Amino acid sequence: MNQDVLSGLLPAFLWLPILAAAAALLVRRAPGTQRFLALAVHALALAGALMSITSVSDGSVVAEQVSDWAPGISIPFVLDTFAGLMVSVAALMVLVCTLFAVFTGDDADPYFHPLVLVLSAGVYGAFLTGDLFNLFVMIEVALIPSYVLLTRSGRAAAMTAGRIYFSVNLLVSAVLLAGVGLVYGTAGTVNLAELAGEATESTAVALAAGVVLLALGAKAALVPVHTWLPRSYPFASVAVTALLSGLLTKIGVYGVFRVYGLVYDGTGLDTVWLVVLVATMLIGVFGALGESGMRSILSFHMTSQVGYIMLPLAFFGPLGMAAGIFYMIHHIIVKAALFLACGAVEHHAGTGRLAQLGGYARREPWLGLVFILAALSLVGVPPLSGFVAKMSLIHASMETGLYIAAAAAVVVSLFTLLSMLKIWNGAFWGADPEPRDTRVLHAASAPVPDATDPGAGRLRHKFRPAPSTLDRVPPRLILPGALLVACTVSIGLGAEVLMDLAVTAAEGLNDTTTYTEAVMQ
Amino acid sequence: MSAAVLVAVLAAGGVYLLLQKGLVRAALGFILIGHAANVIILAAGGQEQREPAYVGENLPAGGLADPLLQAFALTAIVITFALTVYLFAMAGHGGDEDGQPSDAEPSDADEDHGTVIDEPPADSGDTDPIGTTSTGSRPTGRTEGREHA
Repeated sequence: MNQDVLSGLLPAFLWLPILAAAAALLVRRAPGTQRFLALAVHALALAGALMSITSVSDGSVVAEQVSDWAPGISIPFVLDTFAGLMVSVAALMVLVCTLFAVFTGDDADPYFHPLVLVLSAGVYGAFLTGDLFNLFVMIEVALIPSYVLLTRSGRAAAMTAGRIYFSVNLLVSAVLLAGVGLVYGTAGTVNLAELAGEATESTAVALAAGVVLLALGAKAALVPVHTWLPRSYPFASVAVTALLSGLLTKIGVYGVFRVYGLVYDGTGLDTVWLVVLVATMLIGVFGALGESGMRSILSFHMTSQVGYIMLPLAFFGPLGMAAGIFYMIHHIIVKAALFLACGAVEHHAGTGRLAQLGGYARREPWLGLVFILAALSLVGVPPLSGFVAKMSLIHASMETGLYIAAAAAVVVSLFTLLSMLKIWNGAFWGADPEPRDTRVLHAASAPVPDATDPGAGRLRHKFRPAPSTLDRVPPRLILPGALLVACTVSIGLGAEVLMDLAVTAAEGLNDTTTYTEAVMQ
Repeated sequence: MSAAVLVAVLAAGGVYLLLQKGLVRAALGFILIGHAANVIILAAGGQEQREPAYVGENLPAGGLADPLLQAFALTAIVITFALTVYLFAMAGHGGDEDGQPSDAEPSDADEDHGTVIDEPPADSGDTDPIGTTSTGSRPTGRTEGREHA
């Protein structure tokens, strides 16, 4: 695609979903129209993202000086390979999770689609912006809908979770804001291209950018500031949990990669990263083992996986960063697949507690297959995408002589397998559970307005006989997860395509001259 | 220096309030912390430069305040303001349930709430005290906390 046309289209990733959100609010009394509008915009965003990634797959960088202000004065949108990859996978997530919400009826809340549209706009904007302050604003744009999505049901537990989530994120945002202010005070600019390499030259800038990194790290749920995540994510509806897990923490990760790569040139904090990230991997996986609900396990587990994704920061370099980027794409897809597979079980059984589940693999072989493939991919079994991701990560850390990191990656994999087996044994394997109550709350078939209230096991409104073993999980609940599993299988088998892109993206992070030239030309 | 002292006082007060029990105090703490961040931003432009930017003729060569930072602070204030209002709303909604253990199982605690509160709307009278709905199945979640308390 012509680069001028493309650069002109970059802000559309922001304004199109926001306009669509406004339109969706206007037609909130017509659920069908609203649903069609939202899905159309999500599909359009995905198509646009895939198109833009093809035109920057050679490592070129497209910058849009918004409103034609002079470079350095404007607040630019910048598309490089890394940003293009992230926007593409984010758009895929938004589309699939929205589909899942449509299939479960979670979108019956007239505010669901507008909120998700605004959230997606914030996420795309955060990936595409070339300005530190704008990054803060975009993170807020993405976060505010998530507060509402989490607490919209008004259930006591969701409100408690919402308060924790909200308070932590508000505090972290204030720290991020202060950090941006300090960066401006010390470096005199918040344009990322102008900030390139500043931290290596000035200790003051390094400290100020450190505050930014701290805040972004907390948003990514790194140990020791991870505890908010497992206490809040499992309380949203399944689709929202999957959406938040795929997008919001990853903004933090993306921001850290970007800021550390550009401002620090990827040096100076190696030891800090090593300690923090290995601790994140270990504590996350042990925390997951201690949980007893499906989504609680998966949520705690995210912390551990974020450790994997960011591990290459400890040794930077093109090989490592390529592994990190590849890992992030793989992780977003697989994690969402797991959430959606478990969500299908939860919607069917009316609970997510492992003690009350069982036998799903026998009764629902396809759902079992979706789950086990995604779980094995997360663990890193060939030929799935997780194998390539872990292999390249371990390979990169061995290359740089960081054997501790490699060892941690291998050891944590074993515990990952253990935590996945816990879900497998609890929910999919074994005999059918003892019926605990004949009047189990049934999620998938709740009357339409109730679906604002998401999680199975917490649906309040209608009692219904427990699903007998003859009741099947409707195929439409399995489909979104299966779609994502198809992605992880094809990424695993045709890893070269994505790996080439990841290598190009990593080169862009490693050598920032193309980025700065494109923005400052 | 005065800005540094101000930020220190605001941040200390904010953190103190955050550590108190109750969401309203936490909200007040967030207001103070937000102010601290805004003062940092304004101070980042240098405190000697106080003249209003772009106002009047014969602008002095130096001493103009940095308008970019004022724009930053304005944006930040708007965001903080909106979020504070939301926080107050959350504090008002079901505030009595603060005592619930936050590490309760996702399903357990509120399943109880669910089953207790939302009896099937089969029985005739619409007992919804707030009168939010006549269909009986609109998302009554908003009133749940109060009802329960």
